[in-house]
Amino acid sequence: MKLLKFLLVLVFAILIFSGALMIPSQYNNGDDRKAGSAMGAEVVNDENMVKITASMWKYDPPHIEIKKGKLVILELTSLDRLHGFYIPEFDIRADVMPNKTIRVELMPEKIGNYPFLCDIFCGDGHGEMNGVIHVVD
Amino acid sequence: MNIKRRDFLKITAFGGAVFSTGLFQRAVFAESKQDEFYFVQLSDTHWGFNNKKFNADPQGTLPKAIESINALDPQPDFVVFTGDLTHTTDDDEVRRKRLAEFQEISKQLKAKTIHYMPGEHDASIDGGKAYKEFFGDLHYTFDHKGIHFIALDNVSDPRARIGEEQLKWLEEDLKQHDKNAPIVVLTHRPLFDLAKEWGWATTDGDKAMELLMPYKNVTVFYGHIHQEHHHTTAHIQHHSAKSLIFPLPAPKSVPKKHKIAWDTDHPYRGLGVRNIEVGMPSAKFDIYNIDVLKSANTKV
Ligand SMILES: [Cu+2]
Ligand SMILES: [Fe+2]
Repeated sequence: MKLLKFLLVLVFAILIFSGALMIPSQYNNGDDRKAGSAMGAEVVNDENMVKITASMWKYDPPHIEIKKGKLVILELTSLDRLHGFYIPEFDIRADVMPNKTIRVELMPEKIGNYPFLCDIFCGDGHGEMNGVIHVVD
Repeated sequence: MNIKRRDFLKITAFGGAVFSTGLFQRAVFAESKQDEFYFVQLSDTHWGFNNKKFNADPQGTLPKAIESINALDPQPDFVVFTGDLTHTTDDDEVRRKRLAEFQEISKQLKAKTIHYMPGEHDASIDGGKAYKEFFGDLHYTFDHKGIHFIALDNVSDPRARIGEEQLKWLEEDLKQHDKNAPIVVLTHRPLFDLAKEWGWATTDGDKAMELLMPYKNVTVFYGHIHQEHHHTTAHIQHHSAKSLIFPLPAPKSVPKKHKIAWDTDHPYRGLGVRNIEVGMPSAKFDIYNIDVLKSANTKV
């Protein structure tokens, strides 16, 4: 697709036991995901990490501003039940589960507003569970 | 049935006003063979939804629409509900209560045949378990006066997939039909990507479309988006129906999808059902809105 300007570098899941122990070899094997490239090559720090929580029926924060041309890591977890995280424009999706953190890496190459939404039916407010990624210069 | 029939179509409006003519937006009915018929589509009744901000008459809208349909003369050959019969709940008991109440109310329809279909609100949380107890199969076919109707389920999977098994079933079913046979597909969600960012698509809808493409005479009627919408992919037409609970904005017309609030000056605005006249033998479809607003406004 012509607007497919994000580069999905890598999507993976990390099981967190008691909030501390990370097992980076645990891949999230939900469907429709693009396989990533080499793991562990990226540098994760506060600056390029955006933490997002999913819960019935919202994402917090719902608006995420990121810079064009800079690698960003979205770290997602659910506070209640299984949700989805889907950015149609970039054909990227992931399952967002409770007690589990998944990471979605993005390399935004084009400024613009890119909606994301929950794509796994999760009850009453599912239809309005969404947000926007704003890519700015 | 011929063009004169329309003169006998009477709608008892909300409040009791009776319209005998001029009810429908279009009045062209070129062919008049014996097999012509019409059916009524209702969608997205969301029984159990109870937020007065979006519908000040949540328990009355469906019964009133049923009254209007019951006033049609002659009666439709059948009525089809294209999903979201009930509003979703996490409570299995409440779900069954809503399904039972909906079933009772729908039995007030005079039409002898009613076809029910699930929406994601009815079937996504429990994979259609409760729905099946009340209404049977989640997907099925039936034939009526030379037209093959296929009710597809793209809702009981919470990921909005038809699924391989059902696609196989669809393929097998289609094989039994001539490429020119008139086929109507009934679904809840659109089979094409209307607005993916609003969830107005079927994850594997392209696979169903691929199977349908070789067939020359296919029309899809669906719901889910709570408004009329008409779209064509190649030679296949897709028509969505209004809801009977609250309208939604036109696809991608606003940055964030939201329910449209109840308009006290124009009650029932944006809600309604529709009458689909089928011209045979070419299976030509004429759609007439049974406009709730018109009735409500003419209330004496
Ligand atoms: Cu959700
Ligand atoms: Fe609905």
